[in-house]
Amino acid sequence: MSKMQNPGAAAVEQKGWLAAHKWLILRRLSQILFIAAFLVGPLTGFWLVKGTLASSMTLDVLPLTDPFIFLQSLVTGHVMETNAIIGAVIVAAAYFLLGGRVFCSWVCPVNIISDTASWLRRKLGWKKTGVRLDRSTALWTMGAVFVTSALTGTIAWEFVNPVTMLHRAIVFGAFASVGLVSGALFLIELVGGDRIWCSRLCPVGAFYGLLGKVSVLKVSASKRKACNDCMDCYAVCPESHVISPALKGEKDNRGPIILSGDCTNCGRCLDVCSEDVFEFSLRTRNKLDDVRPNEGSAEDGTQRAA
Amino acid sequence: MAEKTPNKKNKVSRRDFLGDAAKGVCGAGLFGLALGSVVAEAEGKLPADAIRPPGATAEADFLSACVRCGLCVRDCPYDTLSLADMGSSVVSGTPLFVARTIPCEMCDDIPCVVACPTGALDKSLTNIDDAKMGIAVLVGHETCLNFQGLRCDVCYRVCPLIEEAITLERSANERTGKHAIFIPTVHSDKCTGCGKCEHACVLEKTAIRVLPERIALGELGAHYRWGWVEKGNKGESLIEGQGIIDLPDRGYNPEPSGFPEKSATGGYKGFKP
Ligand code: SF4
Ligand code: SF4
Ligand code: SF4
Ligand code: SF4
Ligand code: SF4
Repeated sequence: MSKMQNPGAAAVEQKGWLAAHKWLILRRLSQILFIAAFLVGPLTGFWLVKGTLASSMTLDVLPLTDPFIFLQSLVTGHVMETNAIIGAVIVAAAYFLLGGRVFCSWVCPVNIISDTASWLRRKLGWKKTGVRLDRSTALWTMGAVFVTSALTGTIAWEFVNPVTMLHRAIVFGAFASVGLVSGALFLIELVGGDRIWCSRLCPVGAFYGLLGKVSVLKVSASKRKACNDCMDCYAVCPESHVISPALKGEKDNRGPIILSGDCTNCGRCLDVCSEDVFEFSLRTRNKLDDVRPNEGSAEDGTQRAA
Repeated sequence: MAEKTPNKKNKVSRRDFLGDAAKGVCGAGLFGLALGSVVAEAEGKLPADAIRPPGATAEADFLSACVRCGLCVRDCPYDTLSLADMGSSVVSGTPLFVARTIPCEMCDDIPCVVACPTGALDKSLTNIDDAKMGIAVLVGHETCLNFQGLRCDVCYRVCPLIEEAITLERSANERTGKHAIFIPTVHSDKCTGCGKCEHACVLEKTAIRVLPERIALGELGAHYRWGWVEKGNKGESLIEGQGIIDLPDRGYNPEPSGFPEKSATGGYKGFKP
């Protein structure tokens, strides 16, 4: 099996399986939590969280509302009630702090499907097959969603949004729909092209990507001097174009922070890097002297030479 | 070299930019059209037996507000409401109830409306008796037991607004020649559309159904007046003594004096169809 089909092997060897999958495991737990929390009520009668990802109420005190849906409603001319406004502000503030597309990698149920399809493509050596779309496509779909909402006077994306459809179908026990939506998305992601849905089409991801352009928590290639060019992070990253400016930014005098809003803060690059080049950091720590010197450089040199 | 590179880059990127923008606008336009037609298609097809929860704003406003969160569904103590599943003819994910299955029990505190965070269910509805989910219509004249002269009365008895929203209107039973018929009659100004009557109808298929207002109600032309109402308002006829010429009516020409004579065949003399 070629190296690109099995990225992260070196990290497993170096750090052990658990450490090399730490963020992946935490992320899966988080994704499951965001479904399980909504299922506690219907299954046990204790209503921990009511509603869906679109809008919910936790323990009868904490309202949460998806800001993308809120804004679509706003452009139709409808102003929601206080609870929904508070909810949208809380959610937007949370993603402002934790990273816009943290929604994609830590909350959205579609991510599991997208990750699985992408993993299978890698194993099958299909990485380069399928349709290629420009990275800006999702921004255009997002724009079109707002225009359509305004023109039709409806929350337009919710008529077809597979993200909320899937979550709603799980939470309300519509299992045929769960199968249908996830099957369709899996096929699109598997044969359509690499991450064709999540990084090229989904307007929800594009919206949170915009938030990610200003969000605080960011991945930093703070030990980029230790990078041994194994390319494993590029192989696993769902948005691999975001890495180079930070990891290879030394020659252009760029700081170590991955600034692109496309980065989902999934932390896979932290996992698969045998040299622990990456860490979670803050947007503000992007000075050149925030790059940590390479402690093991001498060893590295000899290793690489050998 | 170092000076040329940025120049060259600029040129290419400007052309690229225009090309990309054109592609983007076209693609987004197509996508928007497709989405718009999905929306338009789904919007207009709320079926007649799918009733929105109490307080639901008019369908167009409803679809600008409802986020399909199901909070109304969760807070309904009678499991009346459900969210439309994919592939059903109601906009996927929006709340509805089917009265024949589970009607709305008209809770005093209207928990469904209280739960709605978006204003899709209007909080200005505070008295459930003012709800307008739909209007019950006696559609099955040929099967309704009361309409045949029997005394079923079930729909009338179960109505939470008995004698206001639904009354039994008496008329003569011409079949037997001596009994009365009590016709269940719904009054649209009072009926909330809760569907208790539809749910309770004893027939195999209900003879009384809650329909959306747009289907249930007739409407007069804007110029049309009920003569007797106007007469009542004015205290006298609006047209008498106004010098209005009364043209002879076609077909029926009464004798200049007295009541028309009956002909041997049972008709009136002088009536020419
Ligand atoms: S891009 Fe869309 S579908 Fe993919 S993870 Fe993000 S929100 Fe979910
Ligand atoms: S850069 Fe790292 S954290 Fe960001 S999306 Fe790629 S793998 Fe995930
Ligand atoms: S009024 Fe009560 S029974 Fe009727 S839909 Fe609302 S919560 Fe359910
Ligand atoms: S609570 Fe309001 S927004 Fe949520 S599904 Fe019901 S009507 Fe729609
Ligand atoms: S319950 Fe049905 S059959 Fe009985 S009176 Fe009412 S509409 Fe007629």
